[in-house]
Amino acid sequence: MSEQKTDDVALEYSTHQGQMNIVGFWIFLAAEISLFSTLFATYAVLFGRTAGAPEPAELFEAGTVLIMTFILLTSSFTCGLAIHNMREGSLKGLMIWLGITLLLGLGFLGFEIYEFVHYAHEGATIGSSAFWSGFFTLTGTHGVHVTLGVGWMIAILIQLKQRGLTAVTTRKVFIVGLYWHFLDVIWIFIFTSVYMIGMVV
Amino acid sequence: MQLDEFFVTGEPLIYAGMVSIVLVSATVIFLLTYFKRWKWLWNEWLTTVDHKKIGIMYILSALAMLFRGGVDALMMRTQLAFPDMNFLNSQHYNEVFTTHGTIMIIFMAMPFLIGLMNIIVPLQIGARDFAFPFLNAVSFWSFFFGALLFNLSFVIGGAPDAGWTNYAPLAGSELSPGPGINFYLLGLQLSGIGTLATGINLMVTILRMRAPGMTLMKMPIFTWSTLITTFIIIFAFPILTIALALMTIDRIFGSHFFTLTGEGLPMMWANLFWMWGHPEVYIVILPAFGIFSEVIASFAQKQIFGYKAMVGAIVIIAGLSFVVWVHHFFTMGAGAFVNSVFSITTMMIAIPTGVKIFNWLATLYKSKIIFSAPMLWSLAFIPSFTIGGVTGVMLGMAAADYQYHNTYFLVSHFHYVLIPGTVFACFAGLIFWYPKMFGHKLNERIGKWAFWLFLIGFHLCFFPQYFLGLDGMARRIFTVGPEWFTLNFVSTMGAFLMGLGFIVFVHCVIYSFRFSPRNIEGDSWGYGRTLEWATPTPIPKYNFATLPEIESHDALIDMKEKGQTTFDRDKLEPIHMPSYTGQPFIMAAIMFFASFALVFEWITLAVIGLAGIIVMMIIRSFDYDEGYHIEVDEVIETEKKARGMTDE
Repeated sequence: MSEQKTDDVALEYSTHQGQMNIVGFWIFLAAEISLFSTLFATYAVLFGRTAGAPEPAELFEAGTVLIMTFILLTSSFTCGLAIHNMREGSLKGLMIWLGITLLLGLGFLGFEIYEFVHYAHEGATIGSSAFWSGFFTLTGTHGVHVTLGVGWMIAILIQLKQRGLTAVTTRKVFIVGLYWHFLDVIWIFIFTSVYMIGMVV
Repeated sequence: MQLDEFFVTGEPLIYAGMVSIVLVSATVIFLLTYFKRWKWLWNEWLTTVDHKKIGIMYILSALAMLFRGGVDALMMRTQLAFPDMNFLNSQHYNEVFTTHGTIMIIFMAMPFLIGLMNIIVPLQIGARDFAFPFLNAVSFWSFFFGALLFNLSFVIGGAPDAGWTNYAPLAGSELSPGPGINFYLLGLQLSGIGTLATGINLMVTILRMRAPGMTLMKMPIFTWSTLITTFIIIFAFPILTIALALMTIDRIFGSHFFTLTGEGLPMMWANLFWMWGHPEVYIVILPAFGIFSEVIASFAQKQIFGYKAMVGAIVIIAGLSFVVWVHHFFTMGAGAFVNSVFSITTMMIAIPTGVKIFNWLATLYKSKIIFSAPMLWSLAFIPSFTIGGVTGVMLGMAAADYQYHNTYFLVSHFHYVLIPGTVFACFAGLIFWYPKMFGHKLNERIGKWAFWLFLIGFHLCFFPQYFLGLDGMARRIFTVGPEWFTLNFVSTMGAFLMGLGFIVFVHCVIYSFRFSPRNIEGDSWGYGRTLEWATPTPIPKYNFATLPEIESHDALIDMKEKGQTTFDRDKLEPIHMPSYTGQPFIMAAIMFFASFALVFEWITLAVIGLAGIIVMMIIRSFDYDEGYHIEVDEVIETEKKARGMTDE
């Protein structure tokens, strides 16, 4: 059954197995929403419990966070361009845009690591207080997801180079794309409910 | 670290445990070597991706865990049989009730039901296998190694001792140093990954792999209850993942989520735990309801009464399961308003549950009941579970709960729902579908003996505990006063009777393996209503050669009327099969290694393990194995043999 190809649909949806993998990944993202919701709730409950460690408003820097947000949102756009090129049948375009997405992801991670090191210097670590535990776990979990996404994209780029555009490789690209956009959405929530609120309260 | 810190020492019972582990392992290794079965074990079982075999492995593991959890229970009941007993000391008692609860819920009830789902759901919907057979194997092995990790704790490092609810701050590193609680956190984490993956896998399977014509409202009830259960798993398990991770970070990396210092909030653990924990209760009860529905409809020889109401009730229960968690700690003092809200939502659960009870009764009404062993388990479930449900409503009233909280009244209540609900369903389902798994039935006479012993033992064990609770006996105390002697003694007798019932059941399995006739009828009981009974017994590895158009939720009844089978020569096509692979086993073994290292806070080893897991993921990503096809000739050959057909 999984071998049957149907016409007029995108390559990644052309096999039954491909369709199921994509549906399965959407459901996985639902579980991820539940996971991040729990982390956001924990962070919200622990907000303000700094126990003598620096206050968030003292440490959060609008500039750095804006740059990070800009980088990640752009990477979502380039990821969309990659999928667009894939649908057009351009392997080269796909690989270029996916590569750019990956580099932007690395740039984001660079800023995040700089940020964490900076906070640690100022005396805010995961062990400083309940608030900072919540902060580092929430943003750290997002960061780990981005790291995994970068590694995943590298693996897929190699497979694209080896095999070109097939039902399987396009499915993988599409799924990593879903994952990447999802991380962007999570970041928007982090940007607003962690950084923006943290800077004004 | 000294060796005597690594192994648990000084307890004669634990030395006995170590000796029996060594003896059993040595026997298994000897038998495998003597009969030259290592290759068979690897090729047929450890590398399998077949849902039927994975299901059998789930059930075997669950039965082993039922034994372990049952021994824990008997040790507790022995300690409580007489006033001021000296069988277990307080520390050992704490460890035993912790492992009993955790094992029974996480490593017995859930895997048992998931095992039955593994085997039956694809058969009920006419699928060849799960949507993701590889992932299914990963799920099983991560559950298996999670259970192994947790069970190791009582001989290596020391067992967790903070209750199955593992409340902070008791479970924090200040008050519970050492590896015990880490075993709990990482054992559950490891098996939780497997459960979540199974949830996603089953949901896609049910949504995308149903037989032609089988719309959602034509699915058998067990499949419906599984679908709704997967919803609960997908939204509840990530909460547990986070709760466990936060406490692990607290204990190993010094954060302050649940600590008393650093402005942490210990009660947040209780909230997070029960936000998963209450839905979890329905994860183990909804599939049980599904099993009872199938068994009752089959042996009442009627279609289930109120199919749509049954489905609706499952959906409503699943929804409510997420909004009642505070009733586990009304005494926390969240205030009258919060307690009232959760009190009302709790009591509302009784409405859809009542609908289901009446539907089962209506199915039985004026029917010709066949009193088979699975039917006995199902019939005993209805009144027993109702007692548990009614006392649940009593506990749900927040004001009254201040009296019942943490007494034996509560202990009795949840055993009255979990044993008649889940455990009876496990027995009913296992006996009912046994012929589909092993090609022969269980002996009915011995099976009924096991049933009666277990049922009487159960009521004898737990009914007195309601009164002990009302008399003020608190849960988790390790000695009892003389005023509670009589009821406790009766309770202990009941517990041993249940143990006897279990032994008789094991005897039934062995006896049937040796003496039961090898049944070749596909519809082994003769009362089957759904698609799984349309396959020949034993089931071919591809399940269905062909599928008819499905017209109702009792697909087999329609097929019999029309003279259809799952072997229609005109419709035969080559069947695609996934290849067996050792990757899931190896991946889960590495996860076990990493988790074990983290339990002892050997960070370097844990990081090496983590790297190993990533390597395995990369290997999987680059694996383009397409599986293979079973050709039409082979299908014809297999079906003819299985159906006892001669050449025409």
